[in-house]
Amino acid sequence: MSLEAAFVLEREGFRLDAELREAEPGVIGLFGPSGCGKTTLLRCLAGLERARGYCRVQDRVWQDSRQEVFLPPHRRGIGMVFQDPRLFTHMNVNGNLRYAAKRADTLDQLAGVVDLLDLGPLLMRASHTLSGGERQRVALGRALLSRPDLLLLDEPLAALDAERKREILPYLERVQRSLEIPLVYVSHSLEEVARLADRLVLMESGRTIAAGPAADLLADMALPLAQRDDAGALLIGRVEADDPLYHLISVRVGRDRLRVPRHDVALGDSVKLRIPARDVSLTLEAPQRTSILNVLPATVVAVGPAMEGQSIVRLQLAGGEALLARISMLSARELALEPGKAVFAQIKSVALV
Amino acid sequence: MALSPADIDALWVTLRLAALTTLILLLIGTPLAWWLAQTRFRGKALVEAIVALPLVLPPTVLGFYLLIALGARGPLGELLTALGLRPLAFTFAGLVVGSVLYSLPFVVQPLQNAFVAVGRAPLEAAAMLRAGPWDRFFTVVVPLARRGFVTATALGFAHTVGEFGVVLMIGGNIPGETRVLSIAIYDHVEALDYAHAHTLAAGLLVLSFVMLWLVYRSNRHAASVMP
Repeated sequence: MSLEAAFVLEREGFRLDAELREAEPGVIGLFGPSGCGKTTLLRCLAGLERARGYCRVQDRVWQDSRQEVFLPPHRRGIGMVFQDPRLFTHMNVNGNLRYAAKRADTLDQLAGVVDLLDLGPLLMRASHTLSGGERQRVALGRALLSRPDLLLLDEPLAALDAERKREILPYLERVQRSLEIPLVYVSHSLEEVARLADRLVLMESGRTIAAGPAADLLADMALPLAQRDDAGALLIGRVEADDPLYHLISVRVGRDRLRVPRHDVALGDSVKLRIPARDVSLTLEAPQRTSILNVLPATVVAVGPAMEGQSIVRLQLAGGEALLARISMLSARELALEPGKAVFAQIKSVALV
Repeated sequence: MALSPADIDALWVTLRLAALTTLILLLIGTPLAWWLAQTRFRGKALVEAIVALPLVLPPTVLGFYLLIALGARGPLGELLTALGLRPLAFTFAGLVVGSVLYSLPFVVQPLQNAFVAVGRAPLEAAAMLRAGPWDRFFTVVVPLARRGFVTATALGFAHTVGEFGVVLMIGGNIPGETRVLSIAIYDHVEALDYAHAHTLAAGLLVLSFVMLWLVYRSNRHAASVMP
């Protein structure tokens, strides 16, 4: 898979000047504050906005302003799930799905998609009788049936409450695993992006400011992500052992092992762990008899300023993985933290994402 | 009391005129309304004002200018004569032209409002599902705007049935050709034949009422299925 795009779009009081260059398959998380142009960038990819620029997906050029090439949206092979589900109100759920399947010649996949997203019980329902989460599931199914070469999800969970989000996230993960096409996922929730995205693209006031593997960007102290209250590193590991008595599992990350509250995973599964910087404290000696389960030896890579009176410290674990810790400026000084210094990271909470 | 053959002729002319006019109006009014609903063209207000003119003009004004334009010595009349055709004044075809202009806003405005109400969102969704422009129009816009189409059809038809001034100016009163119901009623009243006038007037009243009632009822019904 490959995706290459660059757009410039001028609007009153807003300028989009963004580019995407992705060569690996998987989920691309497009992240940035509200109003930074994430949705506009998606709309440019879809051909719904007429930006100047270039866009290529796989070996098909969708747009090249220099050559006057502009493929209209319906000929691009884009699947898009909008923030509002936009189901057709004059059809029931089945009608909405068949609308997509007929035009993409995927009627034979209808049953499979209905299965994947558990849409069976909804098929005969009118769209206005569905809950917000159900509507997004139908919209997602409809997008999958359109046999897209690129799937765009524009904050599909933004309008849902926390409970509905938990209900639909597993479906998104299933879709992600079943797809061989690139998926661009827009969100302003770091947690969602960390959970779903393999790679991240950061946006700020209309510009794409960084792109790379999610774990790298989340631990990059030069990026605004590290300054957020919910800053934190992302570790990728493998489930090694299960301890049902204490409701814990052991996850191997590089040369370390972390114990994490038990989750619905099997031995050998690859999992993502998110470790908030504010939940990591540092000591110079290995703590004895502590209630904290995960204490890892680490090396300081860099120390930088964070919010008022705080410092953000980037650490490297024994296997080379990056970890962020946010401590008080005073502590950083008293511990004389500087690059190369050996410390112990005490991790108060780890979330399986 | 039974209708006289002349009255039946008048009824027949009226229904033919209204049906043909409505059909033509839907064919030209739909693209016009769609264009007005979509365009960001600066001259849009000008076009809207022209479309709305028949709402405020006395029908006799419209009829007067049409008579001049379509008559044997009018610009259009001369063109038609030059092409070997009859001028349109005092013909059924002339009535159709007049009625189309006269009832234009009654078809265009409900359609335009319905198209605006559909909005861009469902169209963009359909485009993302590989539906081209025509496909989107017929499978998304038309069903979502169907209340607008019902209203436009009923108003266009009913308004043409109720036409008087324009017909009087350009159609004259030729039985079986341009003599419509409203003119027939006028003639009966002139001749103090109130009984015939009553039959036709009451018939027209009931017809118009039933049509409007059906429209409003179907709209209410539609509203309950499509919030």
